[in-house]
Formats: sequence, structure tokens, C-alpha cells
Amino acid sequence: MSFFKKFFSKDKEEDLNKGLEKTKSSIFSQITKAVAGKSKVDVEFLDQLENILISSDVGLDTTVKIIDRLEAKVAEDKYLNTDELNSILKKVIIDILSENNTVDIEDFDPPTGTHPYIIMVVGVNGVGKTTTIGKLANQYHKKGYKVVLGAADTFRAAAVDQLKIWAERSSSAFFSKGMNTDPAAVAYETTQYAQNNGMDIAIIDTAGRLHTKIQLMDELSKIKRSIDKKYQGAPHEVLLVLDATTGQNAIEQAKHFTAATNVTALALTKLDGSAKGGVVLGISDQFKIPIKYIGVGEGMEQLQVFNKRAFVESLFS
Amino acid sequence: MFENLSEKLESALKTLKGDSKLTELNIANSIKEIRRALVAADVNYKIAKEFTDKIKDKALGTENVLNAVKPGELMVKIVQDEMTELMGGQASGINIKGNPGVVLVSGLQGSGKTTFSGKLAKFLKDKKAKKPLLVACDVYRPAAIDQLTVLAEQIGVPIYKETENKNPVEISKNAVNFAKTNHHDVVIIDTAGRLSVDEQMMKEIEDIKNSIQPTETLFVVDSMTGQDAVNTAAVFNERLNFDGVVLTKLDGDTRGGAALSIKYAVGKPIKFVSSGEKLETLDVFYPDRMAQRILGMGDIVSFVERAQEQFDEKEAERLEKKIKKNKFDFNDFLGQLNQIKRMGDIKSLMNMIPGMSKLTKDINIDDKAFVKVEAIIHSMTKAERGNPDILNMSRKKRIASGSGHNIHEINMFIKQFDQMRSMMQMMSKGKGMDKFMQGMPNKPRR
Repeated sequence: MSFFKKFFSKDKEEDLNKGLEKTKSSIFSQITKAVAGKSKVDVEFLDQLENILISSDVGLDTTVKIIDRLEAKVAEDKYLNTDELNSILKKVIIDILSENNTVDIEDFDPPTGTHPYIIMVVGVNGVGKTTTIGKLANQYHKKGYKVVLGAADTFRAAAVDQLKIWAERSSSAFFSKGMNTDPAAVAYETTQYAQNNGMDIAIIDTAGRLHTKIQLMDELSKIKRSIDKKYQGAPHEVLLVLDATTGQNAIEQAKHFTAATNVTALALTKLDGSAKGGVVLGISDQFKIPIKYIGVGEGMEQLQVFNKRAFVESLFS
Repeated sequence: MFENLSEKLESALKTLKGDSKLTELNIANSIKEIRRALVAADVNYKIAKEFTDKIKDKALGTENVLNAVKPGELMVKIVQDEMTELMGGQASGINIKGNPGVVLVSGLQGSGKTTFSGKLAKFLKDKKAKKPLLVACDVYRPAAIDQLTVLAEQIGVPIYKETENKNPVEISKNAVNFAKTNHHDVVIIDTAGRLSVDEQMMKEIEDIKNSIQPTETLFVVDSMTGQDAVNTAAVFNERLNFDGVVLTKLDGDTRGGAALSIKYAVGKPIKFVSSGEKLETLDVFYPDRMAQRILGMGDIVSFVERAQEQFDEKEAERLEKKIKKNKFDFNDFLGQLNQIKRMGDIKSLMNMIPGMSKLTKDINIDDKAFVKVEAIIHSMTKAERGNPDILNMSRKKRIASGSGHNIHEINMFIKQFDQMRSMMQMMSKGKGMDKFMQGMPNKPRR
């Protein structure tokens, strides 16, 4: 618990808990129920665990992986009671989340050594890219960083206006060339703006696009290249925003966006809904991309850095 | 995973040949495979189970499964038929009778409500000769009203908005009155996205519904939604008793199991399918196509539609003339390649063709398949691209070194290109097709 407290102030913890309440009550309390009164892992329990994981969008492959590992662990460690089984299961899930060899970030701080720090945000339509950018800018601003938002979604109706409102709310600078302009040029010039105006962080919004549209994915690669052209090595972070409501298609999204832009981090939105967000396990497992942020509510403050231990802890607490 | 569902079922059932009939025991594996396929397509776990239980009963009651030449295919057909029936039923169009007819559009954040509202308005205006009014009731999301305003302008439909008013119940009421006095026969109310667990917001949309008594309430859902689709749909249905479902973003590669889950859970018809951001792409729902999609069996209609999307009539005419004169050149070829590439990634395209998934599952087709060809063409001069016949040995040598291939590969490619060209010419001359087919070992019949 002390570990948990280290990263989450009281209200943050409440948000996360509130956001995950549904997840908690549906996944893990069920597991606890299933385990209660049983002294070993039987087929019935594993069946139930499988049902629970799958109905949480964990996906077949990862579910099988979790179950296999749980069984192996149990065989190794012999006897179990409910508590022990719970903690083994927890460990198995944390391990899977840890396999991408990344360390959770502790707070909203860009890594040192890259200044300005350029973030490019990508994802399919309607996952919450712009909202996530607004919340992220707000967090950075609160920590004293100077942030500029670049409106490279020049396609969707009123996207530029939407980002502009978020820039105002989060006291960030705003760079735009208007609607229907070349997004690669906006990205390039936002980077330039950040460099010339002493910004610490630039966050570049892009239009939502389905990962199956080749031209649009090519365009995204081009946007990324244009940033690199202005500032070699940038963007330093390509953030793929995923909607917790999405099912197995999120895996396809991760695959294609990674191919086009070499995604370096994930943000998982809408975790305050009734969706279970189990998709995180599958993607972290298959693509070795760390989850960096989670959206747990509509409010400006309701974006948090992802912490796997705290995440799993809070699921079990 | 399910590209080979019928194959898997084939092998699961093969061992049964010789058994006189299906029993619960001997089709257990097949049922399990079907269930896994459904779950991988995002059909809700519980529903997949109930549905496969149904299939089991149906299969057990079918005499000839084991005697069939391909019992696996027969099983898949049973599944497909059952699914089609389940998702079909009375798709009764939308009710916009009334003075005015009122359509209330609801759904989660990011499901595509605003885009759909615009599409529906355009559809009613162009296809049904209506005079719709769009109403902006999303007072929460930044620039949501602007977004609808832009869409309304694009399709030439008036919009009703109250930028200072933060009460969507009032706005919607005023909008309906405005429509009455201004002779709009349909009102389309775009609401804010809301989570089903957000009591306050759910109460709000309930209040909107009660105060304006819409003739049609629609629930918009993202076709990529996972297991949660059922819960969300159930809550919205409980609160709003909606009349129908709109499935959005079907232009992606999602299997769309949510469609089955929602229909199963709330029993309301899927009325529209919305794919793409072009305001023209609103479509009615075809249960049979959806069933095939969920089962990963290919969707030839979508394939043709995607091809049509890229089809340019003038360009086609121009090409035909060139082909007839045997003037089809490398530039045209490159253009064709690009057109194919624009339709989507090759493998997913191939998989849309029924039966093709069997062929493609072992072949690693990716879009790099064209890279070699493109490199060769790009290494040609303008003159060479426009006049394939001028390619002599020294030119070929230059192209080879320019594109990083050996001369043999260049020759191969040019030979293939020539063959293709003469084949196209033959076919375009009309008599060609028959002659061409005669040469084929297995003349397809239709």
C-alpha cells in the first residue's frame, strides 16, 4: 500500500479506484468468489477465469497465456489458498505487463536530454485524442512546463477549434494553420515554433484515421518524417490513443499504427465507463509498447500516468 | 483465426465420418471452435455460448451433416444462416412521420453520432426529399456545436443551435418548435456522448426523450466495440427504449461481433451502417453480409464497393482506348497498382473474396509485393515508361542497376508485362473473353 501511496495522492487514488470500480467488481471480485472455498485450482475455476478474462476484452491469446502461466506457477508452488492464488494471479498479470521492459513513468515529466520534447498523438476516430492532449497539456502546465499544441488534425470538422479551446483551458500556446491545410506542414511548423519560442513540450494532434486506410496511414508517416526533418530524432514520443471500449480490433490498430509511425507509448481512454480495459494486457503483451497514460473521467484532471503495480493493486484492493 | 474456421470444423468433423449421426459428444469440438471464432470477433462471451448452444441443437437436428461432402462447410452454413436470421428480422426503416418527425441520436463518446447525424440529414434530404433540421445538443464537448455546424453547411441543411444555452432539454424542445414554425418535416437531434454508468447524463437524455417524444430514437455504436457493447446497449435501451441501432466505422477491419451481441441482447434492429467520413456513405444493414464478416468468410460485396470507390469512369475509358490500341504503358500500370493499393492492404482485400482466405493464409502477402515492380518502373526514363517497346538491352541494363535487380529479373518483368498487355488487348476486343477462357483448364461456370 505504501508503494501505491507513493504515486497517487489521495484524490488521484480515488479517481482511479472510481474509474476502475466496474473493472474491479466484475473481474477480480468474481475471481475471488470463484476461489473462495476451494483449496486448489480446478478446471471449473480455470474455466471461470477464462470467461472472466475474455469478457474483459483480454483476448484469447493473452487469456491462454495467463492461464498457462498460472497453472505452471501453481504446479510449482503446490498448495494454495484463496489469498495466495489471488497474489499469484496478480503477479502473473504484472509480469505480463512488465515484459515490455519499460519502467513506469512516475509523473508528468518529459525525459531530460530532449528539448523541446515533441509528442505526436495518433489513433482511430473517436478514441479521445484531442481530449487526451488537452488533459496532458494541463498536467504538464501544472508542473511548470511550457507547452504548445499543434493542430495537425486539419480534416475533421471543427477539430482545430476543439484543440484551441483545450489550449486555452490548459494555458498552452497554440499553433494552427487552419482547417484543410497540410498536416505535415503544421507538424513541421509546430516543431519550429516550439524550438523558437522556448517551449518545453510540443504536442501535435492528428486526424483520427482507421488503420486500414493506406493513404491516410502514409500521410501519418509523412507527418512524422516532417517533424524529424525539422528536429532530428523527433518526435520523441508517438502516443497511440486507444479506447477502452474497443475489442480485439485494438490489436490491429496497434499493429498498423506501429508500422506507420513506430508507436512508443499508449494512452487508454474511457476507463471510467463500463468497459473493462482488458485490451491493455493483450497489447502490452504482444507489442511490447508501454501504457503511459489512462483517462479515467471527463474532467480536465482525470488523466493519470499508468502504473502497472498500482493498476493491478487497485484492482485487487 | 477464423479464416480457417470451416477448415477447422472440417478436421474436427472428419474423424466422425462413419459415425451414423451427430451427437452432443462428437460435435463438442466443432462447437468449441465456433465459439472461439465468435469470441475472437468480439461477440460477447455469454452470447457466444448461448448462440453456439442454439447451433448445437440445430446441428443435432440436421440429418445430413456427417454425410455431407464437407461437413465443416455445412456446419458453417448452419451458423451463418442462424446468425443472419438473428440479426435480420423486421428492419423497418426509420419512423419520421409526424409534424415534424423527430430523430434522437444517442450513444457513447466517440461512437460517431455527429457524423451520423450529418449523414442522416443528407440521406433524408437527397433520397427522401425531406427538409431536415439538424439540432446541436452537445453542450459539453469543446467545439461539438462547431463540428455539426460545419457538417450542416457542407450538406446544405440548416442547423438549430443555442450557443449560450447549456440545457439540452430546453434546446431540443425549442428546436422542435422552431421546426414547426419553419416547416421542417424532420428534426435530427445530435446529443453529447455519454457513458452508460454516468447517472446524471443518462437522466439528461431520458429527460430529452420525455420532453420531445421523438418518433425515432437511435443508439449509435462503434463497430469496433468489444465485450462491453452488450452492457452499454442494455443500459441505453433500459433508459431510452430505443428503436434501432446504427453501426459505425465499418470501413475498418473489425469483425464487428458487437452487432450480433447487441441484437441478441436488446432485440432491436440494426437500421443503418455508417462507414467512412464521406457524408454519402450511409447504408442500410445487410444481416447476411454482417454474418459473413463476423465469421471471417469474406465479403464480396464490400470488395466490389471498395473497388468502385476507387473507380474513375473517365480514367477507365481512357485506359480502354489505350488497351485496344495496345498502347497500355508503364505509367498506366503504375496507376493501376496505386489504385489497388488505395483500396486497402492486399491481404485484407484478398480475404474479402470468399474462399480466398484459404489460399492466402500461408502466403505472406504484404504491400511490399509491389515494391520490386515499382522500383523497376521508377528506374525507367519518361520515354521508356510511355513507350515500353523502346526497351533495348542497354536500357534494360541501366534499369537493372538503377533498381537494384539483375537483368534477368528485368527481362522477366517485361515479359510478364507484355503478356498482360496482349491479354488485356484480346479481352477488350470482345471476342477475347471466350477465347481466353478456352485456354483455361477449369473454365468457371456460373
